[in-house]
Amino acid sequence: MKTTLAKMHVGQTGEISGFHESDQTVENLLQMGLTEGSAIEILRLAPSGDPIECRVSGYSLSMRKMDAELVIVTI
Amino acid sequence: MDFGTEKTALDAKIVTTIGNPNTGKSTLFNRLTGLRQQVSNFPGVTVEYAKGRLALEEFHLELIDVPGTYSLTAQSPDEIVAVDVLQGAVPEIPLPDAVIIVIDSTNLRRNLFLCTQVLEAGIPAVIALNMTDSLPALGIEINYPTLEEILGIPLIPVSASTGDGIADLKTAVVNTLRKPTPNRDLAICPDIDKAIEQLLSLFAKHQVSSIEMRRAFIDKDGLADERLSGRLGEPYSQLRDELRSGLGKGRSISAIEARDRYSWINAALKKVQSVQDPNKNKAVEVLDRVLNQPLIGSLIFVLTMGAVFQAVFAWASPLIELINLGVAALSQVSSDYLGDGLISSFVSNGLISGVGSVIVFLPQILILFIFIIILEDTGYISRAAFLMDRVMRGMGLSGQAFIPMLSSFACAVPGIMGTRIMADRHDRLATILAAPFMTCSARLPVYSLLIGTFIPNTHVFGGFIYLQGLTLLFLYLLGIVGGGITALIVSLLFWKRKKSTFLLEMPPYRLPKLSNVAIKLYGRAVVFLKRAGTIIFSVAVLVWVLASFPMGNGTKTEMPPSISHSYLGQMSKAVHPLFAPLGWDWKVTAGVIASFPAREVIIAALATIYAVDLSSDGKATPLSEKIKNAMHENGTKVYTIPMVLGLLVFYALCLQCMATVAVIRKETETWTWPIISWVYMTSLGYGGAFLVYQVGTAMAWAT
Repeated sequence: MKTTLAKMHVGQTGEISGFHESDQTVENLLQMGLTEGSAIEILRLAPSGDPIECRVSGYSLSMRKMDAELVIVTI
Repeated sequence: MDFGTEKTALDAKIVTTIGNPNTGKSTLFNRLTGLRQQVSNFPGVTVEYAKGRLALEEFHLELIDVPGTYSLTAQSPDEIVAVDVLQGAVPEIPLPDAVIIVIDSTNLRRNLFLCTQVLEAGIPAVIALNMTDSLPALGIEINYPTLEEILGIPLIPVSASTGDGIADLKTAVVNTLRKPTPNRDLAICPDIDKAIEQLLSLFAKHQVSSIEMRRAFIDKDGLADERLSGRLGEPYSQLRDELRSGLGKGRSISAIEARDRYSWINAALKKVQSVQDPNKNKAVEVLDRVLNQPLIGSLIFVLTMGAVFQAVFAWASPLIELINLGVAALSQVSSDYLGDGLISSFVSNGLISGVGSVIVFLPQILILFIFIIILEDTGYISRAAFLMDRVMRGMGLSGQAFIPMLSSFACAVPGIMGTRIMADRHDRLATILAAPFMTCSARLPVYSLLIGTFIPNTHVFGGFIYLQGLTLLFLYLLGIVGGGITALIVSLLFWKRKKSTFLLEMPPYRLPKLSNVAIKLYGRAVVFLKRAGTIIFSVAVLVWVLASFPMGNGTKTEMPPSISHSYLGQMSKAVHPLFAPLGWDWKVTAGVIASFPAREVIIAALATIYAVDLSSDGKATPLSEKIKNAMHENGTKVYTIPMVLGLLVFYALCLQCMATVAVIRKETETWTWPIISWVYMTSLGYGGAFLVYQVGTAMAWAT
């Protein structure tokens, strides 16, 4: 099933399968190692639910929900 | 410590360290150079780098620490610095003879991204594979010889924190300098390589470096691209666009590069890295779980920040008092020794108090930076930014702005210096311009004199709240709102230029190293004293001149001369009509003008103007009596409630602090922003005071 990184809940894992639009944010995400086929897990949310922290490519990365919306994940 | 001359010795070999943030790069740099280093700014941009010296065998090395970066993508001025160092295009930094690529071995995949990009610059390189001591606990095994073989350059496993492998690293650097071998062509993105070769050969006579051409081609509309379009003109843009569309077919070349590079890295990692189930470190795991519990985590966060704020505020004040006492004693000694006269006054009131006005900031700066460096080195600062991002976003800022803003409640100077941790330059600018609005400790003496003297201490709201406390609270809120609106204006102005993103690595918790904290702290202190200190000192001397000349009538001059006759006094009388609508007489005007270098000076200035002796116990009691009874020429009171409230609003909003102006100048590398900030805040202060006085007076008439 396909969803976006922003819609996943804490503890859920998936595999990155693409991106919603191609802009500089996506280029940045790719450079940080969020490439298609990489496993990704939501570690936690900030108290207000945004930003989110995820584990990807062997490290922890936090990002805002609006950016996480761009990441398509297969769960 | 011998910094010698700023210039590089002719025979020195240039070696740069480059790597991702959080790889222990600066710890390694400190281990190699110790205190033989200095912090400089890259010319023209606000990016800082450390430069250090090291003698190795027959070589004198000049070590340059390039700021941590995840990629060579040259989208902003800060990011192009790494590219420019690698192509020898930074003034005063020649082309490096060798590069030390620092890699966090616990995070090989992402670190190899930058590493392979750097190798494409063609400079002889060695890899310092750091944090290898943490690998067993994480269940990671790396086959070093195979990785070395694949990358084609020497690879030295080290631990910068324990010092293991540093000797081997030095040997590898010496060997590379003795017998430089060109880097192997890794053929990571063959199609892109081909396009770049084509561009390079066509513009061969322009001597474009291959790394600049590469970044220009890959990073569309980035700075390298912009620069080359300007330099090579239409033929370049045309061929570039053709090659881009042939290669990308509508997709971004930068995305293609990233995907190609990571698939190359994935293939390489299959051969060299195996990951077993980690042996989890119980203590770290428990700590992590506790700190990340929403409730406990937030509580610990509030306590930590409270402790930082309290420390900067409270621990610094005895030191500040000590410095002030020392300065006062020193100028007393010098005036006793030099007797009465111009030279004596210049030494005691100009020079000594000028130096004093610089070092008085050191306690707050050092205490704040001890905390910031520890928070950085433990990795907690990223956690704080994560927790506060949502709140700060309300002002158009990111979570990284939180700590600088909090610090500014003690003093805007260390707060503004603390914005260096912010990655986004527009966020950083917004924070720098908002920080001086926060109620700093220098505003408090002014507030307490005026509130204590004029605001009746009656109970309001059913007796729970005092009117005096309420006034103080209102002034704090006024600062927060003023700063917030300012940040919002700045981020709206730059909104179109860049979509604000918040991509922040959350590094694992690590124990900070004392020597590392000490070296960084020392660097901060030197930077403040050298750059901001010179400006603060010059202005302090200038104010002395304005307040001392021309001297009184006759040959025997009174020391100190009365402010009334000085240029300062004359100026105040001349500009007084401008401030009359705020309800000020010329004496208040003179006090306010004298306090533009530092707000708290108004108390001493008013004391001199009203000829009150403050020196006996430093308390403002006699002053409060004087100002209570101060009259206009027509016999009405100067300090009416509307006037006092207006004056308070003026002090809340106005940028009366030359140290802040100097630090904004230093941090933004231009006079534009300090001037804008000063004019903006002074106008707000004037407008606010005008409004409060006029409306207040009208209301007083009405009742």
